[in-house]
Amino acid sequence: MTINEWLPLAVIASSLVPGLVIFALPERRIRLRTGLNLFAALAKLALVAMLLAGVAAGEDYAFRYAVLPGIDLAFKADALALLFVSLSAVLWLFTTLYAIGYLEKAPHRSRFFGFFSLCVTATMGIAMAANLFTFFIFYELLTLATFPLVVHRGTAQAMRGGTIYLAYTLAGGALLLIGIVWLHSLLGQTEFVHGGVAAAAVPILGAEQAWQLQGIFLLLIAGVGVKAAIVPLHGWLPQAMVAPAPVSALLHAVAVVKAGAFGIVRIVYEVYGIEFAESLDLLTPLAIAAAVTIVWGSLRALFQDDLKKRLAFSTVSQVSYIILGVALFGPLGTVGGLVHLVHQGIMKITLFFCAGNYAETLGIHKVSEMNGAGRRMPWTTLAFSIGALGMMGAPLTAGAVSKAWLIDGANAANMDWAVWVLWTSSLLNAAYFLPILWRAWLKPLPAAWPDEHIPAHGWRETAWLLLIPPLVTAGAVLAAGIFSDSAWSPLAWAQLIAQREYLAVTP
Amino acid sequence: MTDPLAWLILLPLFWATGAFLLGPGRGARLAIAGVAVQLWLAFALAAKVGAGGTAPAGSAASMGTAIKHAIGGWGAPLGIDLAADGLTAVMLLLTQGVALPLLLFARGYFAGDSAAVRYFWPLTGFLLAGFNALFLAADLFNLYVTLELVGLAAVGMVAMSGTAAQIAAALRYLFATLIGSGMYLLGVALIYGAYGTVSIVTLTPLVNADAPTAVKIAGGLMLLGLMLKTALFPFHYWLPPAHGGAPAPVSALLSALVVKASFYLILRLWTGPFAPLADAVAWLPALLGSAAILWGSWQAIRAVRLKMLVAWSTVAQLGYLFLIFPLLGADGLALQAGGMQVVAHGLAKAAMFAAVGVLIHVTGRDAVADVAGAASRMPVTLFAFGLAGVTLMGLPPSGGFLAKWLLIEAALAQGQWWMVAVILSGGLLAAVYVFRVLRQAFLLVPNERRHRFAKSAPLLEWMAFALAAASVLVGLRGMEIVRLLGAVA
Repeated sequence: MTINEWLPLAVIASSLVPGLVIFALPERRIRLRTGLNLFAALAKLALVAMLLAGVAAGEDYAFRYAVLPGIDLAFKADALALLFVSLSAVLWLFTTLYAIGYLEKAPHRSRFFGFFSLCVTATMGIAMAANLFTFFIFYELLTLATFPLVVHRGTAQAMRGGTIYLAYTLAGGALLLIGIVWLHSLLGQTEFVHGGVAAAAVPILGAEQAWQLQGIFLLLIAGVGVKAAIVPLHGWLPQAMVAPAPVSALLHAVAVVKAGAFGIVRIVYEVYGIEFAESLDLLTPLAIAAAVTIVWGSLRALFQDDLKKRLAFSTVSQVSYIILGVALFGPLGTVGGLVHLVHQGIMKITLFFCAGNYAETLGIHKVSEMNGAGRRMPWTTLAFSIGALGMMGAPLTAGAVSKAWLIDGANAANMDWAVWVLWTSSLLNAAYFLPILWRAWLKPLPAAWPDEHIPAHGWRETAWLLLIPPLVTAGAVLAAGIFSDSAWSPLAWAQLIAQREYLAVTP
Repeated sequence: MTDPLAWLILLPLFWATGAFLLGPGRGARLAIAGVAVQLWLAFALAAKVGAGGTAPAGSAASMGTAIKHAIGGWGAPLGIDLAADGLTAVMLLLTQGVALPLLLFARGYFAGDSAAVRYFWPLTGFLLAGFNALFLAADLFNLYVTLELVGLAAVGMVAMSGTAAQIAAALRYLFATLIGSGMYLLGVALIYGAYGTVSIVTLTPLVNADAPTAVKIAGGLMLLGLMLKTALFPFHYWLPPAHGGAPAPVSALLSALVVKASFYLILRLWTGPFAPLADAVAWLPALLGSAAILWGSWQAIRAVRLKMLVAWSTVAQLGYLFLIFPLLGADGLALQAGGMQVVAHGLAKAAMFAAVGVLIHVTGRDAVADVAGAASRMPVTLFAFGLAGVTLMGLPPSGGFLAKWLLIEAALAQGQWWMVAVILSGGLLAAVYVFRVLRQAFLLVPNERRHRFAKSAPLLEWMAFALAAASVLVGLRGMEIVRLLGAVA
C-alpha cells in the first residue's frame, strides 16, 4: 500500500480507533480519556493538513476494497471531500474541548465520547466516500452513532426526541437505499466522477431511461434531504434539541445536517453531473425546495422562545443556502453554496456553544430569559453577536461572503426570485436575531438568574473550557470574512473545487 | 483417514458419547475441544472447495464436481455418498463457527445448574453431528435420517429443563417436526417408487426428462413438510414458544441453526432435482415469506417478554430467505442473497439470544420494560444486542445489509417492486423492535423501581459480543462468501 492509499484510511482510523478504545475505558480514567481524545483530534488535524497540501499540489488519494463482485468500499480524498473533512476535523477539536468542560462530573462520559468519536468517523467516511455504496455505509453509521448522543440524558423527553430522530433518518435511509440500488442496477456502478457517472452512461442508456433517472434522483434527494432538513423532512431537527449542547453543536454545525447537504452536492455534481441534471429538469425543483425551506425555517424561527429551538429552525433555513447554491446552475452559485458549507458550520457552532454557556452558567434556556445576559457574560455574548451578525450576512463576517457569492450566482443564472428569497431570509434572520442581541446587551439585569451554576470570577464569566471554543470560532467567523481573498481561506478552496467540477464538464 | 468429510460427522458423535459418560464438567471441555477441531476441519474443507470447482452452487453440475467421499469405499447406488460443494462449505463453516462461541457461552451459563446441563452436552453433540451429516448427505433418504436426528435432538434440548411450560412447548415442537419429517419421508417413498433411486445426482436428469403426477405430489409434500420445519408463516406457530422458552444457549442454537437446516434442504431440492417443477409455484414461498416478515415483525414489536421478541424476530427474518425463490435466476444474485442472509442471521440471532440470556440472567427478569438502566451496567451486552440488531435491520456494513442489497438488486432486475417494498418495510419494522429494547436500556431508572442486578460474567458478555461483531464484520468478507457459494468464477 502506498502512502496515497493509507492516508485516507488513517484519517478515518484516527477517530475510529480512539473511539473504540474509549468505550473500553472505565468511567474514572478521566485523564487518559481526555488525553486520548485530544491526541486523536490533533493527529487527525495533522493528517488532514498533509492531505490538504497534497491535494492542492494535485495528488490523488484513493483506497479501494471489494466487498461484493462489482461493489467496492472506496474512499477518495479530493478537493470537495477535504472541504468537509477539514471543517469536521477542526470543529471536532473545539467541540471535544467544549464537551470536556461541559460534561465535567456528568455520568457516562466514556459512552458519550466513544459515540462522539464514532460520529466524527462517520462524517469522515461520508466526506471521503468515492461511491454511493460507501457513502450509504457511513451515512447509516452516522444515524446509529448519533442516537445514543441524542438520548444521552436518558429522560423521557430525550427518548422522544431520539425516537423521532430515528424514525425520520431510518426512513430516509431506506429511500436512499432504494435509490442507490436502483441506480446500481441501471448503471452497474455508483462511482463519484467529475461530470457525473450518470451523464457518462447516458449514451449507452438511451433517452427512455430519463424517467428512471428522474425517479432515482427524487429518491436519493429525499434520502439525504432528511438529514439536510429540507422542508417537509425537517421535523426531527428541532426535536433533537434535547441533546446536550456539544451534541447540538456537532449535529447542527458539523455532522448530521452537513452530511445531508454534502450528499446533495455529491449527487448533483458527481453522480448526475450538473449539466445532465439541468437537462433532466432536476435543478429547478431542487432550487424551489431549497427556497421554500429557507423562508419556512426563518419564519418558524421567529416564533420560538426556546433559544436552541430558534437556532434549530435557523439551521433548517441556513443549510438550504448550500442546496440553493448547488441548484443555481453556474460556477458562482457553486462557490457560494460550497463556501457556505464551511461558513454556516463555524457560525452555527459558535451560536450553539454560546447557547450551551448560557444554559450551563445561568440556566438560561429561553430567549425571554436573556435580559441583561450580555452584562453578566460579555465574552460569550460577544461571540454570540458575531455569530448572529454573520448569519444575517453583516459585512466583515463569513456570512457576508457566502451571501454575496450566492446572490451573484442567482443573478448570473437569471433567477431573480432566488435573489428575493435570499434578501427575505436576511431580513427574517435580522428579525429573529436582533431581539436576542437587544435583550442581552441593552435590557437591565434581572433580580436573579434562573439557575446559576458557575459563579463569575473577575472577568472569567464561566469555565475556561466553555469560554475559549466559542471565542475561537467567533474569531474564525471574522477571519473567514475579512481574509476571504487569501490563498488558504475556505473561499479560495471552494473556488478550486468549482474550477475542477466545471472544468471537468467543459474541457 | 484425513478426509474432513467423514470426521465432521464422526467427531461430534464421539464427543457426544464422551460427554454423556464424563458428565457436565469434563464433558464440556471435551465438547469445546471437539468443536474447535470441527471448525478447523470446516475451514480446511472450505479451502479445498474454494480452490476447486466454481460451478453455481446447488446446480446438478456442482454436485457432480463437488468433493466426495464414499463411506467404507462403497459408492452409490449401494453405499452412502458424502458430497460437499460451496453451499455445503458455507453451511458447515457457519454451523461450527456459531457453535464454538455458543458452547463457551453455555459452559458459563450453565455453571452450577447440574440438572439441566446433564443432557445439554450430549444432545448438542448429536445435533451438530446431525447438521454436518445433513449438509454432506447426497441422497434423499440420508437427508431424512439426518433431518430426524436434528429434529429429535432439538426437541430434547427444548424439554431439557423439565418445567411444565417447556415440556408443553417441546411437545408442540415435537408434533410439528414429526409431521414435517413424515411428509418429507412420504415424498421420498413416492420418488423411490417412481424412479427407483434416491441419489440427488441420479435423480436430477430423470426428473428433468419426465415427471409423473406422483413425483409432483411428492415434491409438494416434501416442500410443505420442510416449510413446516422451517416455521414459514403460517406454519410458524410452534417456533416462538419453543425458541422463547428454552434456556438461552439452546434458543440460540435453535434459532441460528436448526431452522436453517430445513431451509438448506428446500434450497437444495429446489435448485436440484425439483428445478423443472419449481418455477410454477415460486411465488408461493415468496408470498408466505412476505407475510412472515410483516407478521413476525409486528408480533416482535408487540412482545412483552424479551425472548419472545427475539423469537418472533426469527419468524420475520426467515421470511427473507423465502423471498429468493422467484428470483433465482442466471445472475446468481438471489442465491448469494440467500446464502448471505443465512450466515448473517445465524450469527446475529445467536448473538441476540446470548445477549438477552445475559440480560435476563443479570436482571433476573425477562420483560422488555425491565431492561431499563442496563446500558450503564452491561455496556458490552447492550453493544452485542445493538450490533446484532444492526444486522437484523439490514444496516451497513453488516452481512444482513449485503443480503438485503443483493435481494433488492435481484428484485429490481426482475421488476418485482412489491418485494422491494416488503424488504424495506421489514427493515424498518426490525428497527422498531430493536430500538424498543435499546431505548429502554438507555432510560434512567427511577430510584423506587431500581432492582438489584446480579453479578454478570464477563465471558458470557464477550461471547455474545464476539458473535454480534462477527455478524457485522462478515459483511466486509462478502467477497469470500460469494465466491464460496460459487457464483463468481
